[in-house]
Amino acid sequence: MATQIPLVDYLVLGDDPHLVANECSECGARFFDRRNACAGCGGTEFKKVDVGPNGTLRTFTIVAFAAPGIDVPFVSGVVDCDGTSVRANVVHVEPDPEHVTMGMPVRLVTFPIGTDTAGSEAIGFGFEPAA
Amino acid sequence: MAEDVWILGIHMTKFGKHADLDTVDLAAEAAQAALRDGGVTMKDMGVLAAGNLMAANAGIGQQLQKQIGQTGIPVFNVANACATGATALRTAIMAVKAGEAEMGLAVGVEKLSGAGLLSGGTRRADDDTWTPRGRYGAVAPVDGRIGTETMPGVFAQIGMEYGHRYGGTSFELFARISEKNHAHSTLNPLAAYSKKMSLEQIMGDVMIAYPNTRPMCSANCDGAAAAVVVSDSKLKTLSIEQQRRAVKVSASVLTSDPWQESCQILPDVNTLTRNAATQAYEQAGIGPEDLDLVELHDCFATAELVHYDNLGLCEVGGAVDFFNSGATWRDGATPVNVSGGLESKGHPIAATGIANIWEVCHHLRGEAGDRQIQGAKVGLAHVIGLGSACGVHILEKSAA
Repeated sequence: MATQIPLVDYLVLGDDPHLVANECSECGARFFDRRNACAGCGGTEFKKVDVGPNGTLRTFTIVAFAAPGIDVPFVSGVVDCDGTSVRANVVHVEPDPEHVTMGMPVRLVTFPIGTDTAGSEAIGFGFEPAA
Repeated sequence: MAEDVWILGIHMTKFGKHADLDTVDLAAEAAQAALRDGGVTMKDMGVLAAGNLMAANAGIGQQLQKQIGQTGIPVFNVANACATGATALRTAIMAVKAGEAEMGLAVGVEKLSGAGLLSGGTRRADDDTWTPRGRYGAVAPVDGRIGTETMPGVFAQIGMEYGHRYGGTSFELFARISEKNHAHSTLNPLAAYSKKMSLEQIMGDVMIAYPNTRPMCSANCDGAAAAVVVSDSKLKTLSIEQQRRAVKVSASVLTSDPWQESCQILPDVNTLTRNAATQAYEQAGIGPEDLDLVELHDCFATAELVHYDNLGLCEVGGAVDFFNSGATWRDGATPVNVSGGLESKGHPIAATGIANIWEVCHHLRGEAGDRQIQGAKVGLAHVIGLGSACGVHILEKSAA
């Protein structure tokens, strides 16, 4: 089987793919990249936490015009995963306002985005309707 | 207590395509006209603050001095995204307030005709091998794979989020905001686009990022704007005519975005605008109900709606009802973007935060011609630069 590599380092692959965040030990603010101090409270201790795979769609847009090489239309949104906001595409849904709705329950899914010359497969993530 | 500061002279160039003029030409045109408008010259200026975002490392301030007068005064070249013009103005105001200068010049200029998407307009090709790069260890470009980096898409989500929280929004509602601004622009000879557009035309135009169609997006164009500011004590030594046309800067505020959950997932343009507005009303001793006109940052139709609320023009959550009441049309209770706004007047980035001041001053001086808001005494100008920076200025007609 080809080796797999996540699109970003805050996506953990395996049997139970999920996102991870750096959580401020003082105030609980979460960041998907590294921080020297918490932007919210200034705390300097962080711990890795798993972000739950289920959420609701808090806002979205349907991008119809983007850089060359990006397949349009696609749905970009913000998913509220139990209080942690996640930026992602909404996938496995018709990209129109009849099928994508505010507050809809969604869940994390992963999928291959391509194989490189060394045979390694990159895995991306998105959220699909959960209902 | 620092003394009051006044706008003594101000100018904006025609916004649109200026194929034969470069940024220095446009900045010079605006600066010289602002100086003339104030009845002063470069020799009177004690400080210069200037911005040109797309060439922020080029030193537009010194380039401008070489074009219109090198007097050796301190120059502050500023860059603060779409709030660059307001930042230049605020810098000049701070210098005067601090007593470091009696008069200052602020200039913003941009050449943006035909620029297309300013963010997310290009995406590099994938590498031959997946190699983690950058802060997120991304093995490939993420625009379009993890959401969108385009401004129409980001601001679409900002407007849609407001709708999700408070209800009442729709594609048509956002399009009607655009319809208003395009209607307003027909009275503005300096607007890049001054064509009335029907709701059907707006909704039927090219979709960029739902619900923003092309006419609901700010128009890329060329332009410049400049303002001369003066201290209260210096103004008193000038002519009666200069004192009569001077416009009081009752509040000058610049904020950045305080941390909020999700602000690094989707930019939070709300909190810093609310903070800026609160500070500005307090500084000016004026409330939103006192405003005769507002120029706010409608970089997209979806943005205008949220700023009704952020600027306190309506009650919290009431922006949809407020718009539906007709309040923000030029004959309404609180006319918003009677210039046509960024959607039709245009958005030459660094010029925008001074051009909106010019619009307000024009009305307060009673010089706005066909689009004059009769009896205007107080106005507010607002800009947002994503990242984020927010400038709010409240201006009052001279009592002289």
